[in-house]
Amino acid sequence: MNDALGGVQTVLVLGGTSELALATLVALDLRPGAKVALAGRDHAALSAIEVPTSGGGFATVVPLVWDAAETASGPAVIVEAVKALGDIDMVLVAAGILGDTPRAETDTAHAVDILTINLVGVAAAMLPAAAQLRAQGHGTIVVFSSVAGLRGRRANYVYGASKAGLDALAEGLQSSLAGSGAKVLVVRPGFVRTKMTTHLEDAPFATTPEAVGEAVAEAVRKGREAIHVPKLLGPVFAGFRLLPRPIFRKLPG
Amino acid sequence: MSEKLLTGWGLTAATRADVTLPTTAEEARAALAAARANGGGIIARGLGRAYGDAAQSAGGHVIDLTALARVHHFEAGDATSATSPPTITVDAGLSLDALMRTLVPLGYFVPVTAGTRYVTVGGAFASDIHGKNHHVEGSFSQHVTELSLLLASGEVRALRPDGPTAPAFWATAGGMGLTGIILAATIRLLPITSAYLRVDTERVDNLDDCMRRMSERDDEYRYSVAWIDSLATGSSMGRAVLTRGDHADPAELSRRKQKAPLAYAPTPRLSAPPWVPPGLLRPATVHAFNEVWFRKSPRRHTGYESIPFFFHPLDGVLEWNRIYGRSGFIQYQLSVPLGAEETVRQSLGRLSAARCPSFLTVLKRFGPANPGPLSFPQPGWTLTVDVPAALEGLGPLLDGLDEMVVAAGGRIYLSKDSRLRSDLLPAMYPRLDEWRAARDELDPDHVFSSDLSRRLGLT
Repeated sequence: MNDALGGVQTVLVLGGTSELALATLVALDLRPGAKVALAGRDHAALSAIEVPTSGGGFATVVPLVWDAAETASGPAVIVEAVKALGDIDMVLVAAGILGDTPRAETDTAHAVDILTINLVGVAAAMLPAAAQLRAQGHGTIVVFSSVAGLRGRRANYVYGASKAGLDALAEGLQSSLAGSGAKVLVVRPGFVRTKMTTHLEDAPFATTPEAVGEAVAEAVRKGREAIHVPKLLGPVFAGFRLLPRPIFRKLPG
Repeated sequence: MSEKLLTGWGLTAATRADVTLPTTAEEARAALAAARANGGGIIARGLGRAYGDAAQSAGGHVIDLTALARVHHFEAGDATSATSPPTITVDAGLSLDALMRTLVPLGYFVPVTAGTRYVTVGGAFASDIHGKNHHVEGSFSQHVTELSLLLASGEVRALRPDGPTAPAFWATAGGMGLTGIILAATIRLLPITSAYLRVDTERVDNLDDCMRRMSERDDEYRYSVAWIDSLATGSSMGRAVLTRGDHADPAELSRRKQKAPLAYAPTPRLSAPPWVPPGLLRPATVHAFNEVWFRKSPRRHTGYESIPFFFHPLDGVLEWNRIYGRSGFIQYQLSVPLGAEETVRQSLGRLSAARCPSFLTVLKRFGPANPGPLSFPQPGWTLTVDVPAALEGLGPLLDGLDEMVVAAGGRIYLSKDSRLRSDLLPAMYPRLDEWRAARDELDPDHVFSSDLSRRLGLT
């Protein structure tokens, strides 16, 4: 069950090796006895993950093999998660690849991969998860969107398109779940220094997984519905969206 | 049946359940059977004054008993004999407010009242509420002579505090509604001759002084409680206003009051605004409020107060729970045994140091415990603090207090809880297994559960 201070006892992570999700699990400061189901492709990697709890212990970790690219497997992973956890207090939706947008312009299969994994595959698990939370009458879905979804930029617009789709899905789900006891938090980080971005140079307002995790934990505690990390990106991207196209096009990237 | 999003009085952790509102015991039985057939946890709910998640059932069923509110029977008893006191038999959904409106003009008072009169009789029993008279008269369940409990099977059982049904009776006292649905209760009443209290008010300079005065002279009063300035630190930490009293005789009252000594007409004076300016409850504003409250109290004074003013000051403001803002609030109530005064001091010290903006901080000395395995009061001290849930660092602060309380052999009150670490529960309630055994007899399939019971692993 969720407690009065946003505390959770069971968490499902879609994208179990995601650095943002793992940093969030740490920042949530789970209590002893917490159970975490990590869903991802690599069983060995998932099994090796330790999630610390307050008081120096570790949460019980259940690895679940799930590949977002196998879009038909979405409902099954939620069934497995319920078997492992019972009621799911929180779902971290963090599966995704950055891909290479310039390559995707000529390599159509790569473009399809990005869109399939980040949007179709994730939606195929997120929607049954939402149905589960609706039936439970409580729970929070944390969706890792991206500021890249707020405006298509030439450097990463295929990734951006997948996140724009996910963002709209999350926002709609938020409205659909109103009054059900289940909630959605949309998280829009900017450039985060992770293994997904090591080959890239820092963009302005670059942040870390730890900072994203802390921001998510605080937003859960305060019952927020959407956050940007760092916060400043909220007004910055609100401005970007108003920028006339000829000027926007002249910006680097 | 309708779907509703429910919270406790603290307005935290809302969950959705199917809610039914039976108006008769037969309808309650039918509602229980239908809910059982439907699956999901079932819990009874009264006026929703438990602060946390005790009367909600996510994805399950909540049976709202507030429409089951008739008076069945009144027995005047024999005022000169302790063995035949006046009693009243009422439905579980009747509120203490309604009960007082009926009884006070007739010269009777409820045996125990909480800081609010907007609780139901069933809720009062399931939470085993205590009041300012605990040190001499114990908690609510100790004044109930018979209870009617609807079991998961549909059977209605009459329970008494002694004899063969005693284990079931005491498992239900403070049992958080998890043994069955309380349908009716017979309550012992206190004869009174006026609707006023003679109250001695003393201003005390610090916590040690307050505890000393309570230890020395509480037993001379039927009612006793201390309001504490939670923000005072250093040598004045725990400075307090101690109020103690008893029901007054008409002869003591002013001429005007003597004309109708039992007149009783409580009315809420104010309603909290639906929108509260964020940041209203800052340490600075609470500090100012506390300063005024403390200074306006006389060093020492005897006066006469009405029942609502003395017992239920916050009921004068409807929906006062909204002043803590959108994120809601937590009422943290601990109790520790006599001898653990140092734990009270340290708890208060940590809360003061954290600049916890609490309007309501209350200290009370408890008398003997009763046989209920989950009943909260135990001989010693109880400290109650209101804190906005949005306060930075509140989780770790309260977790730290829990550990101190457990180390001192204390516990926290489940009816107020919304965030306890579940692994600390058995240490706080060492007779948990005894309670579970009694519960298993009454509800072998664990049909009854609440968000609280699931969160804490009670059921």
